[in-house]
Amino acid sequence: MQKQLLLLALLLISATSFSQELKGKITETSNANQPIIGANIQWLNTQIGTTTNENGDFSIPYKPEFTKLIVSYVGFSTDTISVNSPDFITHSLSQNNNLEVVTIDSERKSLQKSYVKTANVSTMSSKELLKAACCNLAESFETNPSIDVNFSDALTGTKQIKMLGLTSPYLMITEENIPSVRGASQAYGLSFTPGTWVESIQITKGAGSVVNGFESISGQINTELIKPVNDIPFFLNFYGSTDSRFELNTHFNKKVSDKWSTSLFLHGNTRVAKNDMNGDGFLDNPLAKQINVLNRWQYTDLEKGWVSFLNFRYMNDAKQTGEMNFDKDRDKLTTNYWGSEIKTERYDISGKLGYVFPDMPYQSIGLQTAFNGHNQESYFGLNQYDINQKSFYSNLIFNSIINNTLNKFATGLNFTYDQYDEFVGVPNIYRNFDRIDNSVGAFFEYTYDNTTNFSLVAGGRIDNHNRLGTFITPRLHVRYNPWEKGVLRASAGRGKRSANIFAENQQLFASSRAFDILNTGGKIYGLDAEIAWNYGLSFMQGFTLFNRSADVSVDFYRTDFQNQAVVDLYASPQQALFYNLNGKSFANSLQVDFNYEIMRHFNLRTAYKFYEIQTDYLGGSEQRPLQAKHRFFGNLAYETHIAEKGQQWKFDFTYNWLGKQQLPNTASNPPEDQLPEYSPSFSLMNAQITRTFSSTFEVYVGGENIGNYKQEKAIVGADNPFGSNFDSSMIYAPIFGQMYYAGLRFKIK
Amino acid sequence: MKKILLIFFISLVSFSSNAQEKKSKNAKHNIEVNGNCELCKKRIEKAAFSVPGVKSATWNPDEKVLHLIVNEEKTTDLEVQKAVAKVGHDTKEVKATDEAYKNLHSCCSYERN
Repeated sequence: MQKQLLLLALLLISATSFSQELKGKITETSNANQPIIGANIQWLNTQIGTTTNENGDFSIPYKPEFTKLIVSYVGFSTDTISVNSPDFITHSLSQNNNLEVVTIDSERKSLQKSYVKTANVSTMSSKELLKAACCNLAESFETNPSIDVNFSDALTGTKQIKMLGLTSPYLMITEENIPSVRGASQAYGLSFTPGTWVESIQITKGAGSVVNGFESISGQINTELIKPVNDIPFFLNFYGSTDSRFELNTHFNKKVSDKWSTSLFLHGNTRVAKNDMNGDGFLDNPLAKQINVLNRWQYTDLEKGWVSFLNFRYMNDAKQTGEMNFDKDRDKLTTNYWGSEIKTERYDISGKLGYVFPDMPYQSIGLQTAFNGHNQESYFGLNQYDINQKSFYSNLIFNSIINNTLNKFATGLNFTYDQYDEFVGVPNIYRNFDRIDNSVGAFFEYTYDNTTNFSLVAGGRIDNHNRLGTFITPRLHVRYNPWEKGVLRASAGRGKRSANIFAENQQLFASSRAFDILNTGGKIYGLDAEIAWNYGLSFMQGFTLFNRSADVSVDFYRTDFQNQAVVDLYASPQQALFYNLNGKSFANSLQVDFNYEIMRHFNLRTAYKFYEIQTDYLGGSEQRPLQAKHRFFGNLAYETHIAEKGQQWKFDFTYNWLGKQQLPNTASNPPEDQLPEYSPSFSLMNAQITRTFSSTFEVYVGGENIGNYKQEKAIVGADNPFGSNFDSSMIYAPIFGQMYYAGLRFKIK
Repeated sequence: MKKILLIFFISLVSFSSNAQEKKSKNAKHNIEVNGNCELCKKRIEKAAFSVPGVKSATWNPDEKVLHLIVNEEKTTDLEVQKAVAKVGHDTKEVKATDEAYKNLHSCCSYERN
């Protein structure tokens, strides 16, 4: 019996020496009363570990030779604690996913080009968006060298963007990775997102990712909106300009619970006065009013790995333009005076649900769904155009790795549905084009990154579309860093899309042109689908010049159309012809950038762009009209040090030079309604000064087109708008002249 | 009989206190790896990835700890430490050879105990 007791005692001693426990409690640094549930506790170099319970408490076996305890939790910085005795431990972890909106570190560039991302992506932060007068997304690209901003016509005041020389229908424009500006909203869609809602914009040159769709041809622009979890409680922006445009933005944000946050964004803008600076009898910019509302909800449950977003959005926009004496109640659809109204109403409901597997942070599954309705009723003189589009989009994405995180992949399924009710009432075409488009697709994208100097993204998708058929879309992006601060990128990809010829060319309605679709065999207004290949090569080198950082980059891209819905304005000034491409159509673009940090906080950006965009029209091969072959861009930005209470001055100056542009053919018009074959070259200058008084209040003043350059004869045939020579779509320069503005921003944090 | 039962229960106790855990396909492991600057980070992580079964590897230069997610059915901590030591970085259990240490970039020359 005694022997057995001794044996038992010995065993118990050895058992207890192993079962000596270290106990502790883990809380959050930001809130000491908040325990972290499910935090991982593990001894370094061992496999002995445990997790904290619902009170943040843990109990782990202790041995004197264990000296380092690792405490970790998703979303928090991992800590290593030195342990010398089994005394109770209290420790707190700090969150590491807290994105502060205000960055005092002014070294962070507001326009970032990466040396390590595979695709040729540049990211614009909200700081960059504040530099231009910008009030909406269409106007956010004034300080970006890769995107050319022009006016689309002399009447609606819409700014049109181009990348690699191609207009926005050839870009995939997404909002938080859900396609947003497309179909009915192609023409004015960018003006429906206020600039203050935007957190950042990613601009990708070359065919985009297959994950979002098959339509992108020359690039992708993705807008990220401010997330409720990162937002400040209140923001107010008021803006006014000398062309009588006023804007008001208010943002409200509330963290409803530790998992739910919500934001409410309200936007209103209006232009109240009739401006005719060039004396042609027409308004230079439209009378307008818009109200735009967004309500967002965000759910984050980090310990379980769930994130979810829910957005509700409504917009109502009305524009009126035309002759100064036009009265919309009296003269609508008459020949008294020429006038135009464009009324748009839009609602969006979208949701995203994401799940990150807790023990496999590289594996996640996400579902995006969006439903929107868009209704435009408009008339341009006697031309009428109404379009109603209802769309449904859903995308299911699974992300994971193959063997290790050097090899990642994304795969999934995609479904889209569009219902169009479209009425076109123009000379020659007076009918409905109602239709339904739907497609189902599956995609697979593989990413390899050796974390040293090479990465590639190879993707493909297969889609079945009721109008485009069944087709494959391959995309490839490759990146190689040959030496320090040098990066070489190459990309190739195919895109296919159906051209919504009327929605995308609405500026042509504000003319006397007769429309004609020359093909009848295809499924898209009688035309075939547009198919294009895009190839690109780019090289960027960072270096130091006089001890300050600089970089040079050269981008060359070529887009080759296998088929295109050609818009021919050369055949005759009284016609707008649409037909399938017969021959070649390509767009070559070369961009050379030089960026230099002249002094701390004083940065220079310059870019030279060369475009060769040629299409075989019926009458022969010609350059695309209204496109400059040579462009030069320069931007100087200077800011002072942020003082103690947050005071700062910011100065920004942008210079653009455009070479001559080939104009549509007006040779057969009478001399007073003729335009020269080429437009003159000219320069434009914008500037802005911002004074920040504290971290909560700032004011800004600025000027656009300070040199007051105006296009002579912006509207051809303005003296006889119902005659056969009227055309307001041949715009190569600003119409309004110099414009000055001022605004204020107020925040509560 | 009582004796046998007693021994049986005692061995059960000692057995359970040493119970083997089931091998996890996504186990989190942390290994001390000595190194200095950001340059070391890539080398250490790349060495870790060369071991089949290592799914994710992140080296923190401040803590000098390599955070791993490994498939325990395919590899062990020791294998990863060997691979990291091979490229010149000391780990808790496996030290780098002098030759491998000397081959490191000058900024990576960490202090060896």
